Amino acid sequence: MRQIADAQRVSMLIDQLADAIKQDMSGTTDPWAIVGIRSRGDLLAQRLAGRLNFDHIGVLDITLYRDDLSEIGMQPIVRTTEIPFAIDRMQVVLVDDVLMTGRSVRAALQSLMDLGRPRRVWLAVLVDRGGRELPIRPDYVAFDLAQDDSGLGLASDNRVEVMLQPTDPEDGIVVCSSDPQVSIS
Amino acid sequence: MSKTPEPYCWPHKHLLGLQDLSAADILFALQTAVGFLEVSTRSVKKVPALRGKVVANLFMEDSTRTRSSFTLAASRLSADVIDLSGKGSSISKGETLRDTGRNIEAMGIDAIVCRHPLSGAAVQLSRAVNCSVVNAGDGQHEHPTQGLLDIFTIARQLGRTDFDLTGITVAIVGDIAHSRVARSNLYGLLKLGATVVLVGPPTLLPRTFADLGCELSYSLDDVLDRVDVLNMLRIQFERLTSQAFPSVREYATFFGLTTKRLARAKPDVVVMHPGPINRGIELDSQVADGPNSVILSQVSHGLAVRMAVLYLVSGAKHQADSL
Repeated sequence: MRQIADAQRVSMLIDQLADAIKQDMSGTTDPWAIVGIRSRGDLLAQRLAGRLNFDHIGVLDITLYRDDLSEIGMQPIVRTTEIPFAIDRMQVVLVDDVLMTGRSVRAALQSLMDLGRPRRVWLAVLVDRGGRELPIRPDYVAFDLAQDDSGLGLASDNRVEVMLQPTDPEDGIVVCSSDPQVSIS
Repeated sequence: MSKTPEPYCWPHKHLLGLQDLSAADILFALQTAVGFLEVSTRSVKKVPALRGKVVANLFMEDSTRTRSSFTLAASRLSADVIDLSGKGSSISKGETLRDTGRNIEAMGIDAIVCRHPLSGAAVQLSRAVNCSVVNAGDGQHEHPTQGLLDIFTIARQLGRTDFDLTGITVAIVGDIAHSRVARSNLYGLLKLGATVVLVGPPTLLPRTFADLGCELSYSLDDVLDRVDVLNMLRIQFERLTSQAFPSVREYATFFGLTTKRLARAKPDVVVMHPGPINRGIELDSQVADGPNSVILSQVSHGLAVRMAVLYLVSGAKHQADSL
């Protein structure tokens, strides 16, 4: 496991994301909501909401929408989805920590559509890891590892993890070598 | 991925009773049910978790609410549901439960939800088939999903979000001897730390229940002021073969929860009933419809609990020895 960003860098990256989102927000008069995907996207959404003026904040648990439920044997833990507002006709910023295959985002989009009909969904991620398996493209990326010029020399089975307080002891971004643990994030 | 302190995995392919579950299993099922509550509040009340799976309802005993609750739970998980009932089917032509189960399974079923008038029927069925079996009530043995939903309701009503029921006293009142609801409640509540008092006339409250670790009382009035929950069981006229009490009126006089009795209980006592209510016998109408009653919450929580159970058993590793 090696660190590729410390707490200060993470804070800067979140600022960058917030600035980019802010520009689009100023262009419309629609209500805006920010929805984070458990279990780091929700923390990231809170941080962003602290920097921007969102009308609503929500949390999405995508477990029941995973496309690998029938393959992995054990059922993963189901947590709560907390979106206590109608998302119809809203501009919704969907937030995740790391974008890789795109499968989490696909699940999250399906889940959002079951909750209503937003006018537009934007995708904001802290890290784009590359390695897409679905045609999904983020609107806002703070740290782009998908381009090969990052100089980090990531192997295709390396996992990138974002750590955020209070779930983790401190903020940071790390690269872990391959892990048999099943994950679609 | 989040760091969970202990990597717990639900190990049960079947849900036959709460007696077989550990406290950790019960907690996990209840916590999973919390995640399912919200599904029923959406505009699209469906999640794709069990898409492509088939659940068979095998009900050999009359039931409206449990059967429809299971049907709705399965369809909200996007599973297909087939309904089989005792009357008008081959079961009434003398087919054994084992044969019925194996025939249903041969159609490619993933889980059978079974209700049966004989105690132990669900266990027998689970030994005959390879798919999951969920006990929806077997004779006087257990009704595990009712037990789970009752515990879920108690914990939420009393603000115990971690489902730790230490320090809470629950009275289960009525026909304990014939009640599968009482047994499932008892096993589950004791495992989560609650104190349980079983209350009923001596003819319907065998002394041997004390061996399970609960208190017994033949008088509702004696326990009224110290309990946090009153779970009033239905008098099951269909199961009472002997003269267990002289008259229904006498039973209601001693064990019915009247407005007058309720006034002597703790002001925020939780009043529960597994339904269907015999109004004027177990509960006065004013009590059943009053502010202490959580009877309708029990029904809506039942849906979330059954979704959680179907979700969990369908994902359990298919071990030969798993129960």
